[in-house]
Amino acid sequence: MISIDGVTYSYGEGISALDGVDLEIGDSELLAIVGENGAGKTTLVKHLNGLLKPQRGRVIVEGIDTRETTVATLAKKVGLVFQNPDHMLFAETVEKELSFALVNFGLPPEEIAKRVEWALIEFRLSNYRDRSPFTLSGGEKKRVSLASVLCYDPQIIVLDEPTTGQDNLQKTRLASTLAKLNRQGKTVIVVTHDIEFVADFIPRVVVMSKGKVIADGPTEEILVREDVMDASSILPPQLAELSWKIGLSTPSINTEMIVEEIRQILRCDQK
Amino acid sequence: MLPVMALAIIEVRGLSYTYPESDAPSLIDVNFRAEPGEFVLVTGPSGCGKTTFCRALNGLIPNSYGGDFKGTVMVDGLLTTSTPVYELAQRVGLVFQNPENELFCTTVEREVAFGPENLALPREEIAMRVEEALEIVGITHLKEKSPEELSGGEQQKVAIAALLAMKPKVLVLDEPTANLDPVSAKSVLELMHKLNKNGVTVILVEHRLEMISHLVDRCVVFEGGRVAADGPPREVLYSDKVSELGVGLPKVVQVSKRLSSLIGEPLRFLTPEELATYIRGMSY
Repeated sequence: MISIDGVTYSYGEGISALDGVDLEIGDSELLAIVGENGAGKTTLVKHLNGLLKPQRGRVIVEGIDTRETTVATLAKKVGLVFQNPDHMLFAETVEKELSFALVNFGLPPEEIAKRVEWALIEFRLSNYRDRSPFTLSGGEKKRVSLASVLCYDPQIIVLDEPTTGQDNLQKTRLASTLAKLNRQGKTVIVVTHDIEFVADFIPRVVVMSKGKVIADGPTEEILVREDVMDASSILPPQLAELSWKIGLSTPSINTEMIVEEIRQILRCDQK
Repeated sequence: MLPVMALAIIEVRGLSYTYPESDAPSLIDVNFRAEPGEFVLVTGPSGCGKTTFCRALNGLIPNSYGGDFKGTVMVDGLLTTSTPVYELAQRVGLVFQNPENELFCTTVEREVAFGPENLALPREEIAMRVEEALEIVGITHLKEKSPEELSGGEQQKVAIAALLAMKPKVLVLDEPTANLDPVSAKSVLELMHKLNKNGVTVILVEHRLEMISHLVDRCVVFEGGRVAADGPPREVLYSDKVSELGVGLPKVVQVSKRLSSLIGEPLRFLTPEELATYIRGMSY
């Protein structure tokens, strides 16, 4: 459970990166945070593991006030996977990369070996065990950085732009990994610009603009609201745009529903 | 008499290529031709050979990479394997995914002037090219800035302006929008459309088909190092073969395909606007 209560934060004088943000995230939710560049998305998620502390308001993660604990304590609960894997990876081999945090947390060697094995298989990295992460492709590096966080089994996982540079198949695989983690009880938070990915795979969406949360709710309801999409200067999903342009009474982001609605329009006219 | 064919700006014949120290070929018997002024979209799953293909078009492969290279690549009548880099660079500009890796000067203006300066052009000619390139890309107001302080989208535009100052006939872009937010991505893609209208041949690698497919003349799909499909976007994106390859088809294409089979009439729309106009037309 994460509870963000009236949080304000600014990096310098003047403009607030966060301007009174309230947000409740329940256990084992799967949600996306979307919004234009500079909307405050990354600033917000850096509050979840204590990298940033609220200047006003408070952030409670699993019952702990982030101002009253250390990043090291929060890091075990909240795993942050950054957008650019080059900023995260540093070890000589994929295997060492995956075991690094586990060694630091002082886990027994058998447990470390078990978790590293699991991650190598889950993320299809077994062939790269002894390779330097820097010799891998962009998509493979992304998988290593996600695996290195999941290895230490945080309860809350935050992914910043996980789909950049990924093709369709890789996105679908990522979505099923996230859904699986979510079913296992993890809270998964995806910060992204990839609105089609959100439309297809993420059930709840939080829309931010200029340091504020401007909409929050079920994805299929929020992403078809023209006022919200306009206010946040996000490009809407193609099907939402199609719905508005046809003038559908119930705009949708679901292919089946759109096909059905259009079929009815066309059929009525044939009578 | 032999039929007269327009001279292709790019002509790739029987190109097969294997990177040094790699067992498997990255390109296998690729044949490709682009007419002057064409806008060609190149897509396909990761690891399908798109990037290798781009590198072959400006001679980086095999000239800088080495490896096992078979076949020929001709750009504007020049063979890439026997033409010096400075000659090729005036004909083909290559834009990469990550502009941070390309920019190194202290100001945008210097960055854009760097290429023409290295051609030892007269001072006035350099100044004119820089002005023009900044103008067309729409970043004249950034010329005094350091590339480091710019956003990703702006940096990508600087990289493009720097290439335009070389007056290339062909621009090859390898996922130029991969690290950009959608609004910046759209703006870079619209810039490509504009440059193409001005006569530049554009070869663009892109995954986000929903943003670009309606603006291109042709769509080429790579798979496993081979060209799996090549034709107008309305044919390629609606072909059975491409949907089997797992290319992310735009939602409008998916809906149109479903409607086609329901109403028994082939629909080939690429944008929400096109499909919506059709439906509004049918319902009156």
